[in-house]
Amino acid sequence: MSKKTPDALDTATTEIAPPSRWNIALKEMLGGSVVISILSVLSALVVGAILIAVTDPGVHKAVGYFAARPTSTFQAIWDSIFGAYSSLFQGSVYNFRRPEFATGIKPLTETLTFATPLIVAGLGVALAFRVGLFNIGGRGQMLIAAACAGYVGFTWQLPPVIHLIVAVLAGIIGGALWAGIVGVLKARTGAHEVIVTIMLNYIAFYLVSWMLRTQGFLQAPGSNNPKTAPILETAVMPKLLGPSYNLNTGFLLVIALTIFVAWLLSRSSLGFQFRAVGENPNAARFAGIRVDRMYIYAMLFSGGLIAVAGVIQVLGVVPAGFSSGIDAGIGFDAITVALLGRAKPWGVFFAGILFGAFKAGGFAMQAAEGIPIDIVLVVQSLIVLFIAAPPLIRALFRLPVPAGEPKPVSLRRPRVKAVTR
Amino acid sequence: MKLELRNITKRFGQLTANDHISLVAKPGKIHALVGENGAGKSTLMNVLFGLYQADEGEILLDDVVQQFSGPGDAMAAGIGMVHQHFMLIPVFTVAENVMLGHEQTTRGGRLDIEAARQLVLDVSSRFGFDIDPDALVGDLPVGVQQRVEIIKALARDAQVLIFDEPTAVLTPQETDELMVIMKQLRDSGTAIIFITHKLREVREVADEITVIRLGKVVGEASPTATNTELAEMMVGRAVQLKVDKGPAKLGADALVVESLTVLDPTGMAVVNDVSFTIRAGEIVCIAGVQGNGQTELTEAIMGLAHHVSGSISLDGESLVGKSVRHILDAGVGFVPEDRTEDGLVGSFTIAENLMLDRSHGAPFVRAGALQLKTLTEFATETSKEFDVRSQGITSKASQLSGGNQQKIVLARELSRDLKLFVAAQPTRGIDVGSIEFVHKRIVQTRDSGIPVLVVSSELDEVVALADRIAVMYRGRIVGIVPADTPRAVLGLMMAGEVPAGVAA
Repeated sequence: MSKKTPDALDTATTEIAPPSRWNIALKEMLGGSVVISILSVLSALVVGAILIAVTDPGVHKAVGYFAARPTSTFQAIWDSIFGAYSSLFQGSVYNFRRPEFATGIKPLTETLTFATPLIVAGLGVALAFRVGLFNIGGRGQMLIAAACAGYVGFTWQLPPVIHLIVAVLAGIIGGALWAGIVGVLKARTGAHEVIVTIMLNYIAFYLVSWMLRTQGFLQAPGSNNPKTAPILETAVMPKLLGPSYNLNTGFLLVIALTIFVAWLLSRSSLGFQFRAVGENPNAARFAGIRVDRMYIYAMLFSGGLIAVAGVIQVLGVVPAGFSSGIDAGIGFDAITVALLGRAKPWGVFFAGILFGAFKAGGFAMQAAEGIPIDIVLVVQSLIVLFIAAPPLIRALFRLPVPAGEPKPVSLRRPRVKAVTR
Repeated sequence: MKLELRNITKRFGQLTANDHISLVAKPGKIHALVGENGAGKSTLMNVLFGLYQADEGEILLDDVVQQFSGPGDAMAAGIGMVHQHFMLIPVFTVAENVMLGHEQTTRGGRLDIEAARQLVLDVSSRFGFDIDPDALVGDLPVGVQQRVEIIKALARDAQVLIFDEPTAVLTPQETDELMVIMKQLRDSGTAIIFITHKLREVREVADEITVIRLGKVVGEASPTATNTELAEMMVGRAVQLKVDKGPAKLGADALVVESLTVLDPTGMAVVNDVSFTIRAGEIVCIAGVQGNGQTELTEAIMGLAHHVSGSISLDGESLVGKSVRHILDAGVGFVPEDRTEDGLVGSFTIAENLMLDRSHGAPFVRAGALQLKTLTEFATETSKEFDVRSQGITSKASQLSGGNQQKIVLARELSRDLKLFVAAQPTRGIDVGSIEFVHKRIVQTRDSGIPVLVVSSELDEVVALADRIAVMYRGRIVGIVPADTPRAVLGLMMAGEVPAGVAA
C-alpha cells in the first residue's frame, strides 16, 4: 500500500480515493454469511425478550413476592415474553383469533405492504454498497421522488394507466438525479458520499417543506396546511387484493425490481463493472473501467430505486395527500435492511419482509399487550449492532473464524511497553 | 546467547504454516533461513517474536524455555528484528527513533534525548557506522535507514538478531555493505538469523543454512552448496535459473518513448526526460532498485498517470492523453507490479478476473449482458493453457497462490491481440516453478513479434530475459546497455553512476 500514498494526496485529480475505513468496515459487515444474519436476528430477539421481561409490570409485581412464590416470577416472565412475541407473530403473519382464512391472513398482507417500500429502498442502498458507496441519503431521495411523483399525480390530467406510469417515472427521475448529484460530486471532486448524502437530506427536507407551504408547488390549492392535495384517481396504484386489503400493486413492481437488480449485478456488463469497482477500485481502473463514471451511474441507479419507495408511499400507501413526514424513516431503515440482506438482492427482499413484519406486528403487540412499540426499534437496532460486529456473533455462538481474517493477536497488549510505565 | 526453536508448529485453521520446525542459532554464527515466499518463514519469525502463539513446540534461550506474549517480551529477552519494511518514523531523528518505545526520561518526565544521542554514537562507533544521530530518518538513503534499524536492535542489547529479507530494498552495493556489517556482528558474538530467498547472498555470508518448504524443514545445507542444489531443495525439483531463448528477430521500431516526464502530485519529476525505443520482437528490461520511477513509467504508458509530458507512440499512434480503455483496446497488454492490488479483484472468481479488462464488449458482453457460456469456455481453456492450478474456474482469485494469481493476469493479457506487452515485476513473490513458466511465456510473446517491456528489480531476471537493458535511477535512464553487460557494471548503474563507455 505504501506506494499508493502519493496518490492519496491527489484525490481531486486521481480517480480513486484510497479505500476508506468506511469501505473496510462495510466489507467486514457484508462479508459474513447468511448464518451470521440469522443469528443476529435471533440474538436481537433474545435481548428484546429480556427487555420485555424487565419492563413488564406483571413481572415487577411477581418479583415482589419472589421469595414466597418464585415460580410465579418465572410464570410472569414467560407470559410477558410469550405474549409479546405471539402477538408480534399474529400481527404480522396470521391471526388465529379470526375464524376465516380471508381475515386471518390479513396481517401477512400488512407485512408485505410495509415491506414493499423497505425492500426497494434497501435494494437501492445495497446496490450502492456493492459499488463501495454508502448512500445515507435515502430520506432526501425519497422526499424528492415523492414530490415529483406527487406533483404529477395531483396536477396533471392524463388517462388512467398512462398517468400512473408517468407519475412513477417522474418520481424515479427525480430521486435518481438527486442522488446523481452525489455521484458527480464524488467523481469530480472526491467529496465523500456519506457527508454529501447526509447534507442533501436536509436540503431535500427543507425544500420539500417549503414547497408544501407554498401555493403553486405542492400545497393543496386553497389550503393553509403544509399538505398536498389527494392524488388523482388515475395515478393511484390499484389495490392488489381488493379494497379490504392495503397491499397495492407496488409490491409487484418491487418483485420485478428485485429480479432486475439481481440480473443487473450478476449478469450485466454494467453490474460486472459495478462489482469490480466496489471490490477493488484500483484493479478496476487498471482494467480500463472508468471508476468515476461508475460512481455516477451507481448513484443514479441507487437513487432511482430508493425513489420507487417514495413513489409507492405517495401513490400507493397514502394517496390522500402527503406532508413532509412521507419518508417515514424508510430511507434509514433501508440501510439496515441492506446490511441484513448482505447487499444481495434476494437477501434484501427477505430482510425487507422481516422488517415489514416488525412494523406490522409492532402495532399489534402494542395494542394487545401494551408493550411499547419502541421495543421493536430496539430489536431492529440490535440487529444492526450484531451484524456490524461479526466477531461478537462468532464469539457468542462459537463459530470458527473464516480463513483470511486477521487475528486480533496484536490488539491484546500494546506493542510499545514503555507507554504504561 | 543461543537461540533454539524446538518443534514449532503453528496452524491457521486447515493450514499448517509451520510443521514441527526446529532450528538453532548459535552465537557468532549466521544462520540462513531460506525458502520460497509462503514457505512459512515469516510465520516462524512472528512466533519467535511473540506476535503469534505457537500451537506446539517451544522457544529456548541458552536452554531456558521462554514465554513471549508480545514483541516487548522478545526484545527484553535480547531478540532484535530488522524488518523488511522499516519500523521507523521518518519525521523523527535517528536518536528519537532509537529511543522510541524505550524512552529514558529526566526529572519532570522530560525526554533524555542526550542519552539517546550518546547511545547512537556508541553503537555506531562500535561497528564503524557513520551515522548522525540528529539526522531526520526520512532524509537518509534506504541503506542507512536499515542501519538505523540495526542500531535500534543493538541499542537494546539484542544478542540474537533477525534480518527479515533485508536486501529486498537495497542496491547491489548497499547489499554488499550489509553483508560486511552482518559478518562484523557475527564476529562480535551476535547470533544472526538471516531470512532470504536470494541464493547468492546465502552462500556469501551463511555459516549454516536451513531450507524450509511448505512449512517444513526440508533440509540443511552447507554454504558450499551450489545455487542449483539450494534451489532444488527450495522447490523440491530441479529448476532452470536460466531462460531458454534464441536470438531476437528484430522488427521495426514499435514503442517509441521520447523525453517522457511524469510529475507526482507535489510537482516533482518522478520520471525525468526518459527516451527509449523498443523494436518488434525485442525484450527491453528496465532494471533498477524499486522506487526510481519504474512504476510511474509503466503507469504513464498505460494512461494511468497524471501530469505526463513528452511523447509515447506505439506503431505510430500516440498514447499520451488517451484513456486506459483506449490504450488497452489499442493492443497493450499490462501486468501491473502489485497484482493483488491492481491486477486482480480478489473476491472475483478466476473466470471473472479473466474478463476484467474486457467487460465492455465482445466476446464476453453482448447487448449489455454477460455471455457466461463464452466466459466459462474461455476460462476453462485458458486456465488449462496457462496451468492455473485451482479447484475450478469459480475459485476466488484471493484463494490462490501468488504464482497462480500471476498466471491469471498473464493469461488475461496474453489472450488478447497484442501490439505491446508491458510486465512490471512479473515474477515478484511467486514460486520458482511459476517463474519459469512466466519467463517462458514472455519469451514466446517476444518470438511472436511483439515488443516487450519488462520492469524488474531482480538483476537475475533482467539478465536472463533482456535483449537490451535500460537502467533507471531517480527517474532517469542512466544508460541502455546490451544484455551481456557484467553485473558489476549494472550494479554501479543502479546506484546512479555511469561507467565509462556507456552511452546514456
